[in-house]
Amino acid sequence: MELIQLHLPALIVVLPLVTGLLTALLGRGGRGWWISLGATGAVLAATLQLLAQVVYQGPQTVTYLMGNWPMPYGIGYVVDPLNAAVMATVALIGFVVTLYAGRSMAPEISPDRARYFWAVWQFCLVGLLGITITGDAFNFYVLLEISSLSTYTLIAMGHGRDRRALTAAIHYLVLGTIGACCYLVGIAYLYMVTGSLNFADIHARLADIYATWATDAPVYKKTIIAGFAFIMVGLSLKLALFPLHVWQPNAYTYAPAAVSALLAGTATKVGAYGMIRIVYSVMGTDFAFTFLRSDILLAACALMAILVGSLQAIKQTNAKKLLAYSSVGQIGYIALGIAANNVAGLQAAVIHIFNHALTKGAMFMALGCVLYRTGGVRLEHLRGLGRKMPLTCAAFLVGGMGLIGVPLTSGFVSKWYLVQSALERQWLAPAGVVLVGSILALVYVGRCAEAMYFGQRPENSPEVREAPLSMLVPTLLLAAASLYFGIDSGTTSRVSEAAAKFLLGVAP
Amino acid sequence: MTTNPIMRVIARVNMPLMVVFAVYVQVHGEIGPGGGFQAGVIFAAAFILYGMVFGGAEMRRVFPRWISDAGSALGVLIYAGTGVYSMLMGYPFLDHVAIWPSNPGGAEPWGMVSVEWGVGITVACVMMTIFNEITEGTDDPPPGADTEMVPALHQNKTELG
Repeated sequence: MELIQLHLPALIVVLPLVTGLLTALLGRGGRGWWISLGATGAVLAATLQLLAQVVYQGPQTVTYLMGNWPMPYGIGYVVDPLNAAVMATVALIGFVVTLYAGRSMAPEISPDRARYFWAVWQFCLVGLLGITITGDAFNFYVLLEISSLSTYTLIAMGHGRDRRALTAAIHYLVLGTIGACCYLVGIAYLYMVTGSLNFADIHARLADIYATWATDAPVYKKTIIAGFAFIMVGLSLKLALFPLHVWQPNAYTYAPAAVSALLAGTATKVGAYGMIRIVYSVMGTDFAFTFLRSDILLAACALMAILVGSLQAIKQTNAKKLLAYSSVGQIGYIALGIAANNVAGLQAAVIHIFNHALTKGAMFMALGCVLYRTGGVRLEHLRGLGRKMPLTCAAFLVGGMGLIGVPLTSGFVSKWYLVQSALERQWLAPAGVVLVGSILALVYVGRCAEAMYFGQRPENSPEVREAPLSMLVPTLLLAAASLYFGIDSGTTSRVSEAAAKFLLGVAP
Repeated sequence: MTTNPIMRVIARVNMPLMVVFAVYVQVHGEIGPGGGFQAGVIFAAAFILYGMVFGGAEMRRVFPRWISDAGSALGVLIYAGTGVYSMLMGYPFLDHVAIWPSNPGGAEPWGMVSVEWGVGITVACVMMTIFNEITEGTDDPPPGADTEMVPALHQNKTELG
């Protein structure tokens, strides 16, 4: 037991890697799913244990040295309240969606290829968890590539139902590779200047360099600015922040339902985490926000994302595409929280990473149930389903209320903190845009709800039943969690407060 | 696939030499230039050369797909397994000291050798998998048909000419 405790940070990445490889070798038939389920369950337990440790028990950071090499030289995995929270989110969504995917993916994959699918599924989680836990800039890039490459494959899995999944995957492959290259170029610039790849070490060395900028002979000013700009563009592409979101709607629409739920809940969230990490604990907010004023640009992109994403969502006729555009808007809320540069803003970002993962995960999974039973997810397929699939529609509606931010759903908690932080910075217009975004969300969720509850089933459409239990239970689980964390906001605000104060260096 | 006799003879003569050279680069990696990645590429190049000259199907006959598919995963598993072994012995992931705790200097090379074999196997198998993926089902004649193809190809040429 003590041995496991000691190795927890490494196990989170190593365990799914090893089980993923074993799946590729041995996971014939249904075994691949069982192995994935076991691995994601174990990883979830490990992340919750680490989260409890850094937030409630202390000390606030846990460090693990890969190969026992000391930190600036070797790769170190560093757990702090921020990445513990994001890891727990990724692992939770990973586990619940794996539970769901067993039945949902069955029609999409041929049995002889199933083991490769489950292997890639686990590699995707390896990459995402690794990005979150690593304290090394280059290791971050490697794991970013692992997660991205497996994501492209997973999106292309949708080609059996719709050939457009292939173009969506290629589109994302091209843009994702450009994003990863931008990140790599940025890291190379920082390495040129600091000679280090460790996040904490880069931060310490940059502080010495910034000190020279007030004097007559500022050094490396342009290099560092260029490096920061490249990293931010690269991460914004991964995060699907407006105007770099163009890959995202098609990728989410044409990917299989389980993959959409996994990506919406984890991939963009990890990108948001990367942005927080780079801005707050590598470059420092004095440089990024006070000196460069990039908070203005970031906030402007975030507000445009909220408005454009929500307006685009309103005019979609495909419910999955509607949710995908809504994700563009929701990412805007997270980015606005990052740009606010105060405790409430960071809390809003961290809580929204978690809450949006829950609500969007539940909604994509509910649409997966609809797809499984009716064979389509355009709005006319949803018509009159409220009576035929009551539980699925209820889960969708609960998620939708979370997107709007109705009190007693989790979305309300994050919007509360977000408006609070905007007012703290006296950003009245952004606070207004957040509220307008809620109204726009009401419109697009309302369109789906109207079709579900007030529409009639189309003439001579085949009879539909409630979704199978193995898909329904995970969907309801996430919807219930979204309600629970809306009513009991104590846990999420405690964790996010610890993360925000840790990043800003405020005493807890 | 080519019918050029020079290519066919050279490929056949070179292939065993390349495989031997790959093994040399692999086992010599820790004290000279080379290592797992280079060895894997050279090993795969031997078979890919054979495949380019004699056709993908013929290559898959001498190096079956199931071996390259399994090898891709097996190599990484050897790499990760080296690290997991250290973890089981109570050392950090990939701390090779765990292999021979009383002699850390002697343990380090053994850990690296194990990791490099993992890298070599995976690189070789992935290179061949890529070749298989792009050649499979394109213009391969059925296996064993290469000798009968020769007159047919000449006929086509004269008709076109």
